[in-house]
Amino acid sequence: MKSLILRDLRLAVRSGGGFALTLSFFLIVVMMVPFGVGANLDLLARIAPGVLWIGALLSCLLSLDRIFQLDWEDGTLEALATSPIPLSGIATAKATAHWIITGLPITIAAIPLGYLLNLETEAYIWLVASLSVGTPALSFIGAFGAAITVGIKRGGLLLSLLVLPLYIPTLMLGAQCVTIGSETPIKLLALVAAISLFCIALIPFACAIALRANLK
Amino acid sequence: MLLNVTNLNCRRGPKLIIANVSLSVTAGECIILRGPNGSGKTTLLRFLAGLSDNAGIKTYNNSIAYSGHLDGVKSTLTVNENLSFWAGIYATNNLDKVIKKLNLEDLSNNLVGELSTGQKRRLGLARMLISNAKIWLMDEPTSSLDTSTSSLIFEAINLHCKNDGAAIISTHINLNIPKSRVLNMEDFAVKREDEDDPFLKGSFQ
Repeated sequence: MKSLILRDLRLAVRSGGGFALTLSFFLIVVMMVPFGVGANLDLLARIAPGVLWIGALLSCLLSLDRIFQLDWEDGTLEALATSPIPLSGIATAKATAHWIITGLPITIAAIPLGYLLNLETEAYIWLVASLSVGTPALSFIGAFGAAITVGIKRGGLLLSLLVLPLYIPTLMLGAQCVTIGSETPIKLLALVAAISLFCIALIPFACAIALRANLK
Repeated sequence: MLLNVTNLNCRRGPKLIIANVSLSVTAGECIILRGPNGSGKTTLLRFLAGLSDNAGIKTYNNSIAYSGHLDGVKSTLTVNENLSFWAGIYATNNLDKVIKKLNLEDLSNNLVGELSTGQKRRLGLARMLISNAKIWLMDEPTSSLDTSTSSLIFEAINLHCKNDGAAIISTHINLNIPKSRVLNMEDFAVKREDEDDPFLKGSFQ
């Protein structure tokens, strides 16, 4: 599993479609918001948590189809499926690599972007905490969508339609946790963490079933 | 005994392609699948590899390496990086030996995207060697290869069988492997009247 994670990270750096693409998209989406809503600092501060979370979610979505599709196209997935590593282990490794490529850089980049959106000082800690514990859920749910659509040519749109509704609980709780005035950020953070843990524990098995069905 | 198959029925989608396949493979044996296109060679290999429902298949040491039409290599990684990855997946430490055996030393730092089809096929074969699997399942391993690369692949299969391994290969080329036997896929082909689709049964007569 370690070699699979390392290989995916190497591929992401080598092909330029991993870190750079996700981060650039996140930066652009968030930076567009002040142009769209105007230079009203109060309004920007109020919408900053939602904007940052939606930006993170969309950036994550952008690279989901790469999780299994490239391995499917060049025969690597078939070879991996017949290797000693179970398919659930392969799905865990690939979703983890996806989180390192997207979730982690997004969490770090959210700090300067929060400043750009006039985010309240007290909210930064909750922003970093909620993105840190929430983005793994985005990667694992996304991996499930990617596993279902792996055999479909140009399945990106279908993948988005499948995955976006499943992101709603994480988005709601994550963004609410960052919002100042929220009385129970720690409880909301615990709920986001619970969603992530639930996804990490169960989704690899669902991915394995989906991949097995597509490989038949 | 390395592999035992009893009364295996193979479907491609809803359609039954081959029925009642029974075979057993012992160490040192090479089985060559023959038959026209569409006769179910690839389907059978995929079933044996466990990529489809594998009821009726019993492997005795659970060690199978499958090589399909694609080589499973990444064009943006070097030869060495690709093979190190597979060595990590199979948890083996014979990487240097395999690179030497297949004359890949000069290419080890080249990006796979720069290699020819034959060289990529050699890389696919290197993955099989790295796996240390007892049973090799290979689907047309010499398609689009020249004579020298084809013979290199056959030599490797021959050596694998000599070292108590076994291979099941679909190929149209004659192999000079001593303990080999041919399995004619047409013997297992499903005739129209055998189809189990109740809507088609008895129609078109």
